[in-house]
Amino acid sequence: MLDYLLTEEQQMVRDLARKVAREKVLPKRAEWDETGEFPWEAMRAFAAADLCGVYIAEAYGGTGPSVMNFCLVTEEISRVCGGVGVTFAASGLGSVPILLFGTEEQKKKYMPEIASGKKLAAFGLTEANAGSDAAGIETTAIKEGDYYILNGTKQWITNGGEAEVYTIIAMTDRKKGARGASAFILEKGTPGFGFGKKENKMGIRCSATRELVFQDCKIHKSQLLGKEGMGFIVAMQTLDMTRPGIGAQAVGIAQGALDEALRYARERKQFGKPIASIQAVQHILADMSTQLEAARALVYSTARMIDAGHKEFTLAASQAKLFASDTAMRITVDAVQVLGGYGYMKEYPVEKMMRDAKITQIYEGTNQIQRNQIALALIKESAGKK
Amino acid sequence: MDLIVCIKQVPDTTEVKINPETNTLVREGVPSIINPFDENAIETALQLKEQHGGKVTVITMGPPQASEALRTAIAMGVDEVVLVSDRAFAGSDTWATSYTLAQTIKKLGNFDLILCGKQAIDGDTGQVGPGIAEWLNLPQITFAVKIEIKDKQARVERLLEEVNEVVEAPLPAVVSVVKQINEPRMPSLKGLMKAKKTEIKTLNAEAIAADIKNLGLKGSPTQVVRIFTPPPKGGGEILQGETAAIADNLISKLRERKIV
Amino acid sequence: MSIKVILDKCTGCTLCVKACPFNAITMVDRPTDAPGKSKKIAVIDLDACTLCKACIESCKFAAIEIELEKESSMDVSHFKGVWVFAEQREEKVQNVAYELLGEGRKLAADLKTELAAVLCGSEKIEEEVAQLFAYGADKVYLVTHPELKHYRTLPYSRALTELIRTHKPEIFLLGATTTGRDLAARLAIRVGAGLTADCTGLSIDPEKKILQQTRPAFGGNIMATIISPNNRPQMATVRPKVFRKSPKKEGAQGQLIKFKPVISEEDLTLKLLEIVKDESVKINLAEAEIVVSGGRGLGEAKNFKLIEELAGVIGGAVGASRATVDAGWISPHHQVGQTGKTVAPKLYIACGISGKIQHLVGMQNSDTIVAINKDPDAPIFKVATYGIVGDLFDYVPLLTKKLKELRG
Repeated sequence: MLDYLLTEEQQMVRDLARKVAREKVLPKRAEWDETGEFPWEAMRAFAAADLCGVYIAEAYGGTGPSVMNFCLVTEEISRVCGGVGVTFAASGLGSVPILLFGTEEQKKKYMPEIASGKKLAAFGLTEANAGSDAAGIETTAIKEGDYYILNGTKQWITNGGEAEVYTIIAMTDRKKGARGASAFILEKGTPGFGFGKKENKMGIRCSATRELVFQDCKIHKSQLLGKEGMGFIVAMQTLDMTRPGIGAQAVGIAQGALDEALRYARERKQFGKPIASIQAVQHILADMSTQLEAARALVYSTARMIDAGHKEFTLAASQAKLFASDTAMRITVDAVQVLGGYGYMKEYPVEKMMRDAKITQIYEGTNQIQRNQIALALIKESAGKK
Repeated sequence: MDLIVCIKQVPDTTEVKINPETNTLVREGVPSIINPFDENAIETALQLKEQHGGKVTVITMGPPQASEALRTAIAMGVDEVVLVSDRAFAGSDTWATSYTLAQTIKKLGNFDLILCGKQAIDGDTGQVGPGIAEWLNLPQITFAVKIEIKDKQARVERLLEEVNEVVEAPLPAVVSVVKQINEPRMPSLKGLMKAKKTEIKTLNAEAIAADIKNLGLKGSPTQVVRIFTPPPKGGGEILQGETAAIADNLISKLRERKIV
Repeated sequence: MSIKVILDKCTGCTLCVKACPFNAITMVDRPTDAPGKSKKIAVIDLDACTLCKACIESCKFAAIEIELEKESSMDVSHFKGVWVFAEQREEKVQNVAYELLGEGRKLAADLKTELAAVLCGSEKIEEEVAQLFAYGADKVYLVTHPELKHYRTLPYSRALTELIRTHKPEIFLLGATTTGRDLAARLAIRVGAGLTADCTGLSIDPEKKILQQTRPAFGGNIMATIISPNNRPQMATVRPKVFRKSPKKEGAQGQLIKFKPVISEEDLTLKLLEIVKDESVKINLAEAEIVVSGGRGLGEAKNFKLIEELAGVIGGAVGASRATVDAGWISPHHQVGQTGKTVAPKLYIACGISGKIQHLVGMQNSDTIVAINKDPDAPIFKVATYGIVGDLFDYVPLLTKKLKELRG
């Protein structure tokens, strides 16, 4: 493997995540995929290992902030199970808005328990009529004195129902268009805030995906995150920062698939020799590993850039997510192919990896949206140079 | 409670293989780990500390690299660690090892309970725990699968061959534990970071006032005179054929041998 | 006390590097001022070296030497006799004691000395003495005291220390049972003996007339031969079923020596509170003639039922691999292997067990081994008398059915 010159601390984080994933997630991943059971056991193990707070500053109970460490942990978990990986990463997605836009009071109130892994977070933007067209959200938050009343439904929210802390984007003033949305922090158990059923998914099946239902849900204005009207800015900046995490999830899933394919190719004998000695198979493996490394390099570089304090990383983050997710899809399909008939059987882990990989091309901004963003950013950059 | 845990750094013998050509142990790439039973002992100590308050000190006798094992113990959450290391200890058998550890414990001062793992997975003797108890003139309880402390008494359930036995002894005492007693916790990131920064306290033979006649190879009553790889047990047969035919074949062979 | 490479004899052949089980030898460039021809020489890292001498054995040029000072702090010539600890439970002598008498007989013959059994218990234990003579003991030391009825470390150590110091045996063998291991480890320190655990082979060095003890190490990956030349008694523990009993000679006579030890109050601080029985244990695994064992291939706990049914039909005990015990599928009393029990039954059937060395160490001396495993490369097939490459879910119920039919 390429040496990414990780620091000692980064190696420690990666090795610990790998160890916990192997001991706590590996024995259960097939069962959790089958039943769709939420992986609380695994999340508690990551919490006990102090891994939940790697992206959170020490002032708020974490060991960070490090996007790189966040990516390393997500990758190592996803290498074993993409569903547990996204459960971990989505808690980051749900709490980063508070880190970026919260008041000191809000950060001190919510972050320590998320950093310790005691509570999970979730991010609520998507709705039935507003996926790629995020501006089309219909959930409203109408101000009434010192309160906001929320009405509407969010759809396909990762960690929905299991998380305690939610950051929600709702329309506060439809007339203002893109400037009319605001971000809020909501806690599970608030009257008027309920959940739909857990969705039955193709992949990442242990991850909880639920509707969030707001019916005259009344929250105090102190739950407003940032200023009124900043909703989409909160969303966009959050997604930019967490996109590398999804890239890392994809890289992890792909690595897990490559590991299985390699192991199988060396053990499986046909025509009197291991299939790993057949050129056709070798070429598949070679392509898998090269693309995987390229995806990893993109993800790590982006993470490092963000950690170094770069303000502009939308382009890099999109590229990383786009390439890593498309690559993960290709690699997991190839892994099933290498395992042949066995790859198609649920007894072997690669078909799950293929099912898990697909979502990475869809959520956190579909890869089509990513391409739009990349092109626009490129053109803007190019125009700026003249 | 003042708890002392004795641990040993060992090669992961589940990963050790024999090189088929030279018939020697392949040590490359075999990681060094805390003896798994000693991890159970550390976990026992940490749980007792959580219940009763106090301090957990982990000690190990070994070459300088054994400090890695101590760092893992720190990462698990123990309070203090001590490495007792000296060239004079080289070649120690269980007599010399138990003596050295007992002297170290004497040097550390007060303790209520000394915990060890049942056996080390490289030596497999299980003798050091009882040895320490004898040197320190303390009650010993081996094969512990459950332990409760109340009013300065240890109530321990022992895992014997067919039954379990419940015994009670006054503290201080030495208890060696089996794997079934608990599930050792994993190190935490904060623990690992603390472990990285910790300076490992090291004691040598002089510091523990050790009598040289009990140390190292010279102080060891037992000596290894030969090491060899066991010859592979050969020649069986793989039964061939259809399932039912194989089953019948096996039964008839076993009947021939008058086993069934 | 040291080991070193004799530079002018070293040819840089690296045989020692390969032989060292502790990676303590490396090759370095020969210093220009050092005598000898080869470009490279071996260097021994004294911190890693355990003085096991594997390198000395491997060196064809006698280029490694060790300085061993043979100092005896004990006059060993006064110690005579081979003793066997006659472990008793519930006032019955355990089979392992008879097996040790069987082997002890040979050792005593080689040393031209007596074989004695040491039997501890309450007065009632005297009923077992005749058996000990019948299985080969020339002498029985009968150590009785009410506090010795059930084994406890301190009272037994006290009694046996007195006995050993009085009668000075040269060899003392105990079964490597929970009792034997607990006792031997304590006693050895108290009397200043060398103790070797879990021996699989015992013999007498014809020249030096000392006990050679062979045992597995590194999880069973290698064997070590060990001696205690300067300390007495030479103590060893041996697992049940490693040796065989001698044929029983009913009515055999021998010398009975009664001994009443003084047990002090401080030996009695540990109290036995209760015995907890394990309902899942139907037949004593270590004593069983047939063992049917289940491994990870069973998939889940409830599938042990298949093993139990097969064992039931042929009158066998149920064994288990470590993986299944760790997974909580069956109680640890069934575990066979390095950290479990050693068994050597007439028939061992391994179902869905891969045969890692740590398991093999616990059963490879069984007379007949049958292995059923889907994986043709599973190491269990290397020790199996009869191997079946197949699905245990097909074979185990089928064998159960056929054997039931045989019974009629």
